Amino acid sequence: MSTPERVITYGEAVREAIAEEMRRDETVFFMGEDVAAAGGVFKVTVGLLDEFGEDRVRDTPISEAGIMGAGVGAALTGMRPIVEIMFGDFITIAMDQIVNQAAKMCYMTGGQASCALTVRTTIGAGRSSAAQHSQSLQAWLSHIPGVKVAIPSTPADLKGLLKTAIRDDNPTVIYEDKMMYGLKGPVPDDDDYTIPFGVADIKREGSDVTLVATSSMVHTALKAAGMLEKEGVSAEVVDPRTLSPLDMDTIIRSVEKTSRAVVVDEAYQSYGVTGELASRIADEAFDYLDAPVKRVGAMDVPVPFSPGLEPETIPDEAKLVRTVQGLFHDVAV
Amino acid sequence: MSESLEMITTSSDEGTLPLPEPLCREIYDKMLTIRRFEEAVLDIYTQGLMRGLAHLYIGQEASAVGICSALNDDDYLTSTHRGHGHLIAKGGKVDRMMAEMMGKVDGYNRGKGGTMHIADMSLGILGANGIVGGGMGMATGAALSGKMRGSGQVAVCFFGDGAINQGAFLESANLASIWSLPVLFVCENNHYGEYTAASDVTAVREHVAERAAGFDMPAVVVDGNDAVAVHQTAVEMVQRARTGEGPCLIENKTYRYRGHHVGDGDPEKTYRTQEETDTWLAKDPIPRFARRMLKAGMMDEAELESIDTTITKRVEDAVAFANESPYPEAGEVTDHVYA
Ligand SMILES: Cc1ncc(C[n+]2csc(CCOP(=O)(O)OP(=O)(O)O)c2C)c(N)n1
Ligand SMILES: [Mg+2]
Repeated sequence: MSTPERVITYGEAVREAIAEEMRRDETVFFMGEDVAAAGGVFKVTVGLLDEFGEDRVRDTPISEAGIMGAGVGAALTGMRPIVEIMFGDFITIAMDQIVNQAAKMCYMTGGQASCALTVRTTIGAGRSSAAQHSQSLQAWLSHIPGVKVAIPSTPADLKGLLKTAIRDDNPTVIYEDKMMYGLKGPVPDDDDYTIPFGVADIKREGSDVTLVATSSMVHTALKAAGMLEKEGVSAEVVDPRTLSPLDMDTIIRSVEKTSRAVVVDEAYQSYGVTGELASRIADEAFDYLDAPVKRVGAMDVPVPFSPGLEPETIPDEAKLVRTVQGLFHDVAV
Repeated sequence: MSESLEMITTSSDEGTLPLPEPLCREIYDKMLTIRRFEEAVLDIYTQGLMRGLAHLYIGQEASAVGICSALNDDDYLTSTHRGHGHLIAKGGKVDRMMAEMMGKVDGYNRGKGGTMHIADMSLGILGANGIVGGGMGMATGAALSGKMRGSGQVAVCFFGDGAINQGAFLESANLASIWSLPVLFVCENNHYGEYTAASDVTAVREHVAERAAGFDMPAVVVDGNDAVAVHQTAVEMVQRARTGEGPCLIENKTYRYRGHHVGDGDPEKTYRTQEETDTWLAKDPIPRFARRMLKAGMMDEAELESIDTTITKRVEDAVAFANESPYPEAGEVTDHVYA
């Protein structure tokens, strides 16, 4: 028997996940800048204040380090806070509390402490928001043992992963692409629907090349796959959905089938998610590969404001298609 | 309380205009230029000629102009996301600013920065900023640098009521105070940070400036819509800073007449009341200053009108300049990552 589905947006998925978990567990609460009365700058948390009241849905001062610290402290002492950091770029201000405190408490205390903190923040360029409001810094926290990281690409994935994150006893971070809040998709109509961390999803099946893609780049990869199909190349699109833990098995199985892999992520290409994934594929799928593993990321430049420059820096389907073509014929990319 | 910790609340006598005429003309010109510039930004944004977010300074003109008219050309300032007014007040050129708004190559930052990052190092403008509180450390460092070089330069750090709750404020104010740095922390209290009232998220008795006491620096609470009061305060505090007496906190009480940014709805329908906005509209810094100039016999109605015509034309020319300027060549995207 399959669960009935409803079509909702990526933004509505956020709201539903938080509301359902707050109904289910009274230790869950939500705080951030302008999240309550205004419902967030992206308007995705409208209505939560009305339903749950000021005690559990809190507007905070502009104090990222302070509110993250308060989240850590509350999580150590029995609550399940969800902290919103409006733009992922601002998480830099709160880094100590996540990286040095939350991430390490369980380990450093020999397992005494747990920190059921959920951080929601945004990534993604494409709105001429310039260099301090457009970055995709998901690699930073994926680098830290003790933090779990999800990077959903669809409403269903967002909802299921956010609910899992809230229930998890560890610090979790959800990276939401700010350009996708209006994206619609089917979601199982079930209050108890969750998606476990560490399970990748095959977004499109194919046999000639594996495109491993994260967040908005899943949609770019799907478009590229459509273009490649016309050229007779069948691309499989694998979405890891969580970067930590990472489901390598699904990725390796796909490469075993296709013998070629390209990794795409919207962050700066150097020292990032694409580097980690490509090296793991090269290592763990060496015997199956017919071509070197390629990667496509953003240019290693601060995201420029100008509409004349910004698109240059972000990976798109044309670049992805060229990269894939290069794996088959010696095309310069 | 020692004398230096005393908080002064100040505004000027509306019946007088105790500043020299050329200065008054400059103040008026700058304030009106900011107003007309921001109206043009609203216009180009609404027409889709500008992307990103436009945070307008309309209503707060007396704060930027009152402060910057007390500065030398080589003094420094750090600005905010709501920075157009600060830049114009410090001497920024409207045509190059407008080109930057549109991401064009003739913009101050060759289109790379946009509205939230305009800088002109030659004017000491170390940049608008997309990070709330992002300029506090920088202004402190610029003041440190001026002091170490013995240049006599001062630095002004503009920030909002929301930014005072960033940890960076505590750290910067403390540094500036222990080292007696020539920096003016200027809090533009427009009573809201985005859609949240300052009073809901800021633990002070009445004024943000009370916090200065904790850093052993003087505080002045100013009617921020009174350009004369702001200017006089700035002159005194700049003088103090230049002579090695250290930092201060100035709180300019003001109001933004528009929303947080263009296109985010009608504030009077959500987080603030029409009544409150109306009280502040009655204190509009520009007509207020104009009335004083008229009364002092520095200008007549006809001249006020012709100044407006000139400024409006200058801003229209800036828009035309920006429209004609091309986007940067794609190849520029990798320029300037490193010096
Ligand atoms: C570190 C950081 N946190 C949050 C934001 C989002 N944000 C931009 S402006 C703003 C409100 C700032 O309020 P205030 O300092 O009073 O300045 P105003 O907009 O009123 O001029 C916020 C929260 C940001 N840009 N940077
Ligand atoms: Mg404010």
